[in-house]
Amino acid sequence: MHMADALLSPVVGGTMWAATAGVAAYSIKKVQTDLDEQKIPLMGVMGAFVFAAQMINFTIPATGSSGHIGGGMLLAILLGPYAGFLTMASILTIQALFFADGGLLALGSNIFNLGFFTCFIAYPLIYKRILRNGYFSGRILTGAILAAILGLQLGAFSVVLETLLSGKTELPFSTFVMLMQPIHLAIGVVEGMVTAAIVGFVWKERPEIIEKAALGETLGSISIKKVLAVLTIVAVLTGGVFSWFASSNPDGLEWSMFKTSGVEELKAQDGIHQTLSSIQEKIAFLPDYSFKAKENETNTKATEAVAAAWPAVDAGTSVAGLVGALITLLFAGLIGLSIHLIKKRNNARAV
Amino acid sequence: MIIMTNIMESLYNIRILDELAEKRTVIHNIHPLIKLLTTIAYVIITVSFGKYELSNLLPLLFYPIVIITLAEIPVIPILKRILVVLPFIIGIGVFNPLFDPEPMLVFLGLQISGGWVSFLSIIIKGFLTLLAALILISTTGMTWIASALRLLRIPRLFVLQLLLTYRYISVIMEEAGRTWNAYMLRAPGQQGVSFKISGPLAGQLLMRTYDRAQRVYQAMSLRGFIGEYNPGEVKKVTVKDCLFLGGWVAFFSVCRYINLPALIGSVVTGVMT
Repeated sequence: MHMADALLSPVVGGTMWAATAGVAAYSIKKVQTDLDEQKIPLMGVMGAFVFAAQMINFTIPATGSSGHIGGGMLLAILLGPYAGFLTMASILTIQALFFADGGLLALGSNIFNLGFFTCFIAYPLIYKRILRNGYFSGRILTGAILAAILGLQLGAFSVVLETLLSGKTELPFSTFVMLMQPIHLAIGVVEGMVTAAIVGFVWKERPEIIEKAALGETLGSISIKKVLAVLTIVAVLTGGVFSWFASSNPDGLEWSMFKTSGVEELKAQDGIHQTLSSIQEKIAFLPDYSFKAKENETNTKATEAVAAAWPAVDAGTSVAGLVGALITLLFAGLIGLSIHLIKKRNNARAV
Repeated sequence: MIIMTNIMESLYNIRILDELAEKRTVIHNIHPLIKLLTTIAYVIITVSFGKYELSNLLPLLFYPIVIITLAEIPVIPILKRILVVLPFIIGIGVFNPLFDPEPMLVFLGLQISGGWVSFLSIIIKGFLTLLAALILISTTGMTWIASALRLLRIPRLFVLQLLLTYRYISVIMEEAGRTWNAYMLRAPGQQGVSFKISGPLAGQLLMRTYDRAQRVYQAMSLRGFIGEYNPGEVKKVTVKDCLFLGGWVAFFSVCRYINLPALIGSVVTGVMT
């Protein structure tokens, strides 16, 4: 469920980056003050382990299906929430760079969706509570499954919200939710079962590995107050985004101003004002906004040349747009080809 | 044997990109921080386009084409990587034509709905942004990206951890590959590891990983590791680097604010009629 750049608007992507950076900075502070330096290589090597473990498929009994782990919950159990979150962040960074999983703008969202909810919500509120009186295989299984389900449900819901807020999909909220949540319920069960099997096995064979993480109060404990504080910050940030979106609707003050007949004349007379306002409209990094603005402006002749050719239902401009697009593609291809040829010739000369 | 090929393929992919990053071309020589910033600008500007914008997006193709050819990156493996990840984007975007049937443009007498336009726009944006990330890593390499992150004041601990994870991926994945091989030789013809064995199989691997971490730490301590990260020699940003960044950002901005294909198209069709 990696979020992708193409489904995000810069504002939503940026907000999620800010939230992730905040949680990461807090985690680094916690880890730095509490950590013995031995944990740094452990984090690195465990990250590599989760990376490899993600590629092993396990067949699930009685279902005929198979799945793999995401690893967020396992990292929280083994390293504690702070180090677990940071390790998850580096795994996702490497995946975004080497495997084009999601992309760079979406990386903030992905770290948040897959790391924050598992390490800072599901782990302390469910897993730790169920296992607070000691490790037993039954409890490990219940704790891991419930925590993995909650973590993935929140993560999936977050994907839905981010996509819808970005305004890239036409999917209605309810359909999108009905699409995402049940799939991630199944994925959560698999994640929980495999995580529990691994933790249960390691606990039997080498209990000190699990105990170290579970008893390391400095790394393992997390106060609900702080989680709530972080959540509040995120809520405020998201609220800010919401209001920003709301204000971008043209039916506010701008719209009523546009409706008054004098504005068009004013615009036509005042060239500088028009240039400025059209630049300002284009600088606004909001999806749809520029499109809607263009739609409103179709009356003003001066901006017609600049306005997007395709969105208007007009065969004439469509043809112009298509011809221009083809020429652009051809030109781009030619540039690539000529650089390639020049390089080839230079290389041949060098040899 | 799906999974074995999975592990081997991933290892192979990481190595391809690693080797590409070792090349010495004009693009490889540009300061890593500059390339990182250019990529970020490219991605942000690409996704900032409105959802019905199609033709304006096309000039953005110049960036990957120019960089790929200048940096001598083979196109096929890069395109393959993108094809693997595009389905999620398509999976979400494909609903747009269903929910947005309003006709938006006429093409050869055919009315095309807004949903199809926005769907196509999402695919193009997905393609361009993923391409940009792959271009960055294959012209820069992980170590240099890490040093760029340090220049951006990303905390030392995170960068160190990122590099360690990266370094050990191939080691642990090879180990996972061997474990998988051993399992498959004893249980042929299965789709995956049976759930009953999942605990012992992954657990053994985890325990070996844990022990390896201890050895790594001891080796690092013996070589003087005190929790610091030393990125080694750091290049200086030159005038050429600044021109690279400035030039591209200016080009992206022009693409964003002026619909070049529409302009060219209207000039050409205007001349013809």
